Amino acid sequence: MNGGKPNTDIGIFAAFNALLLRDLRVYFRSRGTWLNPLVFVLMVITLFTLGIGPDPSALSTHASGIIWVVALLGIMLSLDALFRADFDDGSLEQLLLSPQPLYLAVLAKVLAHWVITGLPIVLASPLYSLMLGIPANAIAFLALGLLLGSGILSFIGAIGASLTVSLRSGGLLIALLTLPLYVPVIIFGSQFVQSAIEGWPLMPTLSMLLGLLIGAIVLAPIAIIGGLRLSQDS
Amino acid sequence: MSTEASNHSTQTHISDEPSLVLDSVSCERGERLLVQCLSMSLAAGQGVRIEGPNGSGKTTLLRVLAGLSQQYSGAVRWCGEDIRQARSVLAADTLYIGHLAGVKALLTPLENLAWWVSLHIPSLDPLSKESLLNALTQVSLQRFANTPCHQLSAGQQRRIALARLYLSQHRLWILDEPFTAIDTDGVALLEQRIAEHLAQGNMAIITTHQAMQIEGFSSYCLDKVEQKEGGDQ
Repeated sequence: MNGGKPNTDIGIFAAFNALLLRDLRVYFRSRGTWLNPLVFVLMVITLFTLGIGPDPSALSTHASGIIWVVALLGIMLSLDALFRADFDDGSLEQLLLSPQPLYLAVLAKVLAHWVITGLPIVLASPLYSLMLGIPANAIAFLALGLLLGSGILSFIGAIGASLTVSLRSGGLLIALLTLPLYVPVIIFGSQFVQSAIEGWPLMPTLSMLLGLLIGAIVLAPIAIIGGLRLSQDS
Repeated sequence: MSTEASNHSTQTHISDEPSLVLDSVSCERGERLLVQCLSMSLAAGQGVRIEGPNGSGKTTLLRVLAGLSQQYSGAVRWCGEDIRQARSVLAADTLYIGHLAGVKALLTPLENLAWWVSLHIPSLDPLSKESLLNALTQVSLQRFANTPCHQLSAGQQRRIALARLYLSQHRLWILDEPFTAIDTDGVALLEQRIAEHLAQGNMAIITTHQAMQIEGFSSYCLDKVEQKEGGDQ
């Protein structure tokens, strides 16, 4: 034992950083993955504009709901990849056997995944806000709502991903597991955007979204760890 | 399904002397009983080679011992503590290399070792490339330190996983078929490293179909357990 003890505090964050950096590296080197959800969102929103027709008032009435549902689906479709590669190449075993707190490791993995899926959707939100005729003064609020909401969606979806990672085809099962849990996010998220468009008070829905995000960050990793441990027994 | 034996442990004294004790461990996979009532113990400086035909439960047993699988009855004690309770103690003392190498194909060998070190050897600075390069040199991969792993051969990818043996200060090594895809020179070097590890008072559990000449190693053969009708006992 070469006096490893004094370094453990640093080690905890070193492990968090190392995993975050590793996952971001892997994502950026496999170029497609981080672009896919964004392209999906843009295409589906284009389809909506074509389907509903060019009437700006008809579009903007449904705009917030459309954006939230499409963003939700975009993030959900990317979730299967969150733990799949780690499961297949054995690095998930090494992660689970690490003496470092798994809680932080899971946080790092979900954060890295959000950076390449949720964040691009948030950053591109002004673009599709314009496509759906959302008023200019509400665009910033839409982005803020999506910023919080996409984080919640990533954490909740990661629970489904951890539970289905050992199944060969977990895609649809993830949707069935996580969609019911997404209900509050959709309700408060689209309500927040609607409030911004109509000029209603923003604080009630904003604080609900913040509360959900904090709850998801604190509680979801516990469920994710449980799901990942379970995956090793199958 | 089979948890009746889970509450008859924890009474044993906790000792500082590292030891691994298996107390009538039975594992099953799916509906098949693979290992039945296996008891053995391993003390400092000892190694055991688990043998047995394909499908006899070698990997299943190793995954139980590493703390990955909970599908077993009986008790496994590390330094006197049941590993169901003392998971973190076992994790800090154990190096497990399974069938899957745990190597990211899109990263370079150096990057792969770096993330592994920050997860498993916090006392080692993962940014000091010297020790990582040294480990890669030991498995003759120094020329490929910055080549993406998907361009390397199966044996070379396996060697990246085995480079961990040269960084590890863990007291227990659990290696599942470590010599797969490794050439004869490589096997000789690995055997030497494992012998060194035991000589330092550590332990190793290895499954392999190859003959090994290492002092302090005993062999244990897992036989195929007779298939039970119906599954329930």
